[in-house]
Amino acid sequence: MYRYDQYDHQIVKERVAQYRDQVRRRLVDELTEDEFRPLRLQNGLYMQRHAYMLRVAVPYGLLSTKQMRMFAHIARKYDRGYGHFTTRQNIQYNWINLEETPDILADLASVEMHAIQTSGNCIRNITSDEYCGVAADEIIDPRPYAEILRQWSTFHPEFAYLPRKFKIAINGALEDRAATGMHDIGLTVVKNEQAEIGFRVMVGGGLGRTPIIGSVVREFLPWQHMLTYIEAVMRVYNQYGRRDNIYKARIKILLKALGVEEFTRQVEAEWTDIKDGPSTLTAEEMHRVAAYFTPPAYEKLPAIDASVEQQKQENMAFANWLQRNVKPHKMPGYAIVMLSLKKTGVPPGDATAEQMDFVADLADRYSFGELRVTHEQNLVLADVKQSDLIALWKEAKAHALATPNIGLLTDIICCPGGDFCSLANAKSIPIAEAIAERFDNLDFQHDIGEIELNISGCINACGHHHVGNIGILGVDKDGAEWYQVSLGGAQGNDISIGKIIGPSFSAHQMPVVIDRILQVYVRDRTEDERFIDTVRRIGITPFKDHVYATPIKVGQPIGEDAYV
Amino acid sequence: MSNIIKDKQVVADDWRILKLAEGETVESVTVPAGKIIVPLAVWQAQRAVLQGRNDVGVLFASSERPEALKDDIARMPVIAIDFPKFADGRGYSIAYNLRARLAYTGELRAIGDVLRDQLFYMQRVGFNAFAVRADRDIHDALKGLTDFSEP
Repeated sequence: MYRYDQYDHQIVKERVAQYRDQVRRRLVDELTEDEFRPLRLQNGLYMQRHAYMLRVAVPYGLLSTKQMRMFAHIARKYDRGYGHFTTRQNIQYNWINLEETPDILADLASVEMHAIQTSGNCIRNITSDEYCGVAADEIIDPRPYAEILRQWSTFHPEFAYLPRKFKIAINGALEDRAATGMHDIGLTVVKNEQAEIGFRVMVGGGLGRTPIIGSVVREFLPWQHMLTYIEAVMRVYNQYGRRDNIYKARIKILLKALGVEEFTRQVEAEWTDIKDGPSTLTAEEMHRVAAYFTPPAYEKLPAIDASVEQQKQENMAFANWLQRNVKPHKMPGYAIVMLSLKKTGVPPGDATAEQMDFVADLADRYSFGELRVTHEQNLVLADVKQSDLIALWKEAKAHALATPNIGLLTDIICCPGGDFCSLANAKSIPIAEAIAERFDNLDFQHDIGEIELNISGCINACGHHHVGNIGILGVDKDGAEWYQVSLGGAQGNDISIGKIIGPSFSAHQMPVVIDRILQVYVRDRTEDERFIDTVRRIGITPFKDHVYATPIKVGQPIGEDAYV
Repeated sequence: MSNIIKDKQVVADDWRILKLAEGETVESVTVPAGKIIVPLAVWQAQRAVLQGRNDVGVLFASSERPEALKDDIARMPVIAIDFPKFADGRGYSIAYNLRARLAYTGELRAIGDVLRDQLFYMQRVGFNAFAVRADRDIHDALKGLTDFSEP
């Protein structure tokens, strides 16, 4: 993985010193809160409902074990012993004191980490495929490009005060695991007829209040021009994006207002001037950065491990875990292991300090000392020998990290919601828990098969509810918490935005709503048809008819209902 | 006379900014003698007269394009860019365009909501002069230019 050079160390250290002084000036009122807000946001610090929240950047989700242990240390020393992995492949701490934030940032800097540009109206953490470099379907490893983008965008002076936040994702594989269509810029690696590498450039995707899938502005951008082209997009946006209305300030609104053709014309005009300029990437620069991502020292192994095959027959629980949580690796004899952070009863994406230390140990022993965070809020050991799978599974299970539910109903994507977030209209974690509890039966989950359930506590859509096969959105109705349900959203190559099925529900009705939706699926599915495919084939009407057919009775109250 | 930061020093400054009073138009407003910075629209309206003077600079609002001054760039003794709010980042792109694209080499001054914590980035996109907001300590703001050791 990328290692800081002397310059990186220096600048991050100076940034901590700068921020330390900004906090001091805020505390003695030399800075007003209005002036301090963008400064703290650009250092990852939000004001939440009960306390400050610190969001730490995990560039494209890649972590060393040393960094993971630092996360555990921070959780213990400055927070309440846990952290929350987010849909942006970052980690958030929810119970932070402002006065201690400079010390936390100094601790992070000691392991080559920071919280710079994890918030604010700037270019945020670059995200990518959690299987970068190991996926069997990869065209090229996008990490060197992601790293170049990270370096370019971090401390970029011209684009620090954009109209609104800006998210860039890059995918280097056939299957889009980076959700490129819902980013302000989504880059997809493609090869042209001459087998040259380039990017298909999408602009203007995003969720939130106005969910829009990005538009392709360029089918093939040779890799050399990645930075200059993005710079052109950024400059058009910085000058012409709306600044009068926060809800209309994202680049997607500018693109829609101008139309794709006119927007593209402006970008290309801007690009003409800077194309082939000093930011053009050279093969030499690519080699320099790619050298940080050379494959680890893989052993020569047989493609199939006999012990795994045998255990699979004898041990049903292990077989379930293999089926759901272990993914094919490009190297024979290796596997990608997903550690589920979705155990029923635990808020999705949360990990305790003990678990963080433990997964660091696992990664040191089984996966070359590296970890990844997924945008679905799980952790990945990317380079595990198949012959180690049984031992690894037993250890992970003992630490509640082997729930065999990756891609299943209880692998819920969920924002922190009203329990923490000051933006939220409604709580999301108790809804996730109630659904997970109701459908905790693994046989049932395996029967339902692949399904994505996403929950957002408000329209800002941190839980990506628009692209959930089942999307749940917390809404405020006369001061009470209600939940709107949509069906048919999807991520990946056939990304789509879900459709709302009808009037919203109260918290306690939600498990029944999900149950009724699944009843329709089980009734109408054809053999081996995934949930999303059934929804696409039959439309939302049969679901709607069944869900609203009879009133849903009050059961055990959950969420807000539990308090009234 | 007020103080500004110029080339990393606090110096006395005698440029005035022309503001249009109610009822004045860009055509009718009188541009007084002496060093003065006028809005772009005034420059454009009165260019025939003003281009003979060497003590007139131009002010860009954050919504204006620097290309509008393309033909006169070389003669400008000073160009100012207004920051209506410090969080309005359009001025950074105007500065980039002036320096990188139009090769402007004269004084580039940030005016308006100009505060210590934005100075470093402003300097990096090409500003070399800063009219720090009047209610702030300009000597304190100067420290903002040295937060980082590498430019």
